[in-house]
Amino acid sequence: MAERILMKGNEALAEAAIRAGCRHFFGYPITPQTEISAYMAKKMPKVGGLYLQAESEVAAINMVLGAASAGVRTMTSSSSPGISLKTEGISYIAGSDLPCVIIDIQRGGPGLGGIQPSQADYWQATKATGHGDFQLLVFAPSTVQEMANTVFDAFELAEKYRMPAMIFADGMLGQMMEPVTFPEREPEISEKPWAADGHKGQRTHNIINSLYLQPQDLERLVRERFERYDVIKKTEVRYDEFMTEDADILLVAYGATARIVKSAVVEARSKGIKAGLLRPITLWPFPSEAIAAAAANTKAILCVEMSMGQMVDDVRLAVGGKQVDFFGRTGGIIPTPAEVLAQIEELARR
Amino acid sequence: MAKMTVDESVCKGCGLCVEVCPKKIVTLDQSHLNAKGYHPASVTDQALCIGCAMCAKMCPDCAITVER
Amino acid sequence: MATVFQKPSTLTDAKLHYCPGCTHGIIHRLVAEAIESLGIDGITVGVAPVGCSVMAYDYFTCDMVQAPHGRAPAVATGLKRARPENIVFTYQGDGDLAAIGTAETVHSATRGENITIIFVNNAIYGMTGGQMAPTTLPGQVTQTTPYGRDTSIAGFPVRVCEMLSTLDGVEYAERVSVDTVPNINNAARAIKKAFQNQIDKKGFSIVEVVSTCPTNWGLTPVEALGWLRENMLPYYPLGVYKDRSAGKETK
Repeated sequence: MAERILMKGNEALAEAAIRAGCRHFFGYPITPQTEISAYMAKKMPKVGGLYLQAESEVAAINMVLGAASAGVRTMTSSSSPGISLKTEGISYIAGSDLPCVIIDIQRGGPGLGGIQPSQADYWQATKATGHGDFQLLVFAPSTVQEMANTVFDAFELAEKYRMPAMIFADGMLGQMMEPVTFPEREPEISEKPWAADGHKGQRTHNIINSLYLQPQDLERLVRERFERYDVIKKTEVRYDEFMTEDADILLVAYGATARIVKSAVVEARSKGIKAGLLRPITLWPFPSEAIAAAAANTKAILCVEMSMGQMVDDVRLAVGGKQVDFFGRTGGIIPTPAEVLAQIEELARR
Repeated sequence: MAKMTVDESVCKGCGLCVEVCPKKIVTLDQSHLNAKGYHPASVTDQALCIGCAMCAKMCPDCAITVER
Repeated sequence: MATVFQKPSTLTDAKLHYCPGCTHGIIHRLVAEAIESLGIDGITVGVAPVGCSVMAYDYFTCDMVQAPHGRAPAVATGLKRARPENIVFTYQGDGDLAAIGTAETVHSATRGENITIIFVNNAIYGMTGGQMAPTTLPGQVTQTTPYGRDTSIAGFPVRVCEMLSTLDGVEYAERVSVDTVPNINNAARAIKKAFQNQIDKKGFSIVEVVSTCPTNWGLTPVEALGWLRENMLPYYPLGVYKDRSAGKETK
């Protein structure tokens, strides 16, 4: 029986990454993700791995680009302003079809913003993590246990589809302590015949590159990538439903916010209001069909986020013309169950 | 007895080999253009070539092979 | 007859895209000759920059990675740390290495990364059509210093070898030129040494190659070599700036 350990979300992420076979971590300090770097610095040398502190987030993501090019399982972590700096490298990694894992423990923005939890980087993670036509796999865990489980999936899917994967959490999940049982799962590390690891005279040279000066070549490669994205949209969508079967009011929330919304749903049910929660676990690919199905017979739809309303755009697209209400707190303020319940009660009266 | 040969298909007619040749036997052949549209380097008097390979070492395009 | 000179086997058959007389071609050949003579083609991974030499990945027969602008030393760090048994080099121009990538250059040097950097200094941004580089000389006319580089506005050039030689992490820093055959022979020796240092696990080695840009300097290839000698070499003196193993700390 695997051991249950009380851990911070950030530390659980780091430990899970090591268990998933990651031996090359490149970091740069930023609150509220610093425990990941600190944990890696402590543990990596003991497992024959590398923790290297880069001179900047820009350098760290490019070290990841180099290590991924060499064909090893590699990772970096940061928080919102640092992710902005990494977007250049992420675009090159996507354009070079390299697998890696990027962790974003979000904080309030824009600018230096604050250090409290936020979900104001949904657009950045799902729509614009750098220039050009590309997507990341974006996982949004909502418990410490799920953070640990997700790391394995993130590495394996990143390698399967040769693309970067992001674990998209926030300062609340990163800092909170919960019991976690690490999955007893041997990492499946795939062969990488494309890697720039020295041809040893056995093959012609491998080139890792994102430059294609002929527009026809570039379009063809981007289209090939998007064909892969279509497969992902069909096969890798993940979400969780809570009391949605008979719901009159459908709530949609992810990550830490989903925990609060779940409490509000339970409270609403105790008051006789049929509320339900659909929680996207993958933000890209987005569970549009599941949301449309869950919303088919509801009277109201409410999206709750720690932002001014970003995922709500995707919920509106999913339900095609139905009204979707929004409630959010931003700037590092976590909505309370009572605030969400008040929103549900108002919709119930409508 | 030495021999300098130019791969005309890669020569860009930059003239660095002409300048560096101690025997002044390399010239840019004004009588024709290569496929790239340059007057390629050529040897005026092969018999004078000493096989020093200065032309080849100066050539940015590895267009020159020298034998001796 | 025996062949006394031919193209090294470690260059591909791809035709170089460089302008006529551009010394990038000479420097590519010297790097390829070093790889060939050390017998390391099968374990070498090169990192191409952004700039004129962005397509270097097509020219070397070893594995290649194309890096974002200025980030080649960080990419090389990742490659080398992932597979320390491989030989990793970057090939970078002055804008890439000494402007946008200054932080990556300085910190890979000060960490003492066991990598080899070939730095091509031709005092201008070539690929984008001849703008001021960090190494553009005072008074030098470029597209973005049309009245000559005014140091009261644009500041002063960066002397990379001098700067890096002050860092404890650096094993070897030498500045060479490819304007004459003796200087090319010397550059070949320096580049080979920079690779040998990596094989010997001695640490960070950089060879700065003073180079030309005939097209953007507005000179013929032969005139450009003369301009290099008259203007660049006085500002960027050739020589060994640091050779830690040989006990040479600063010039």
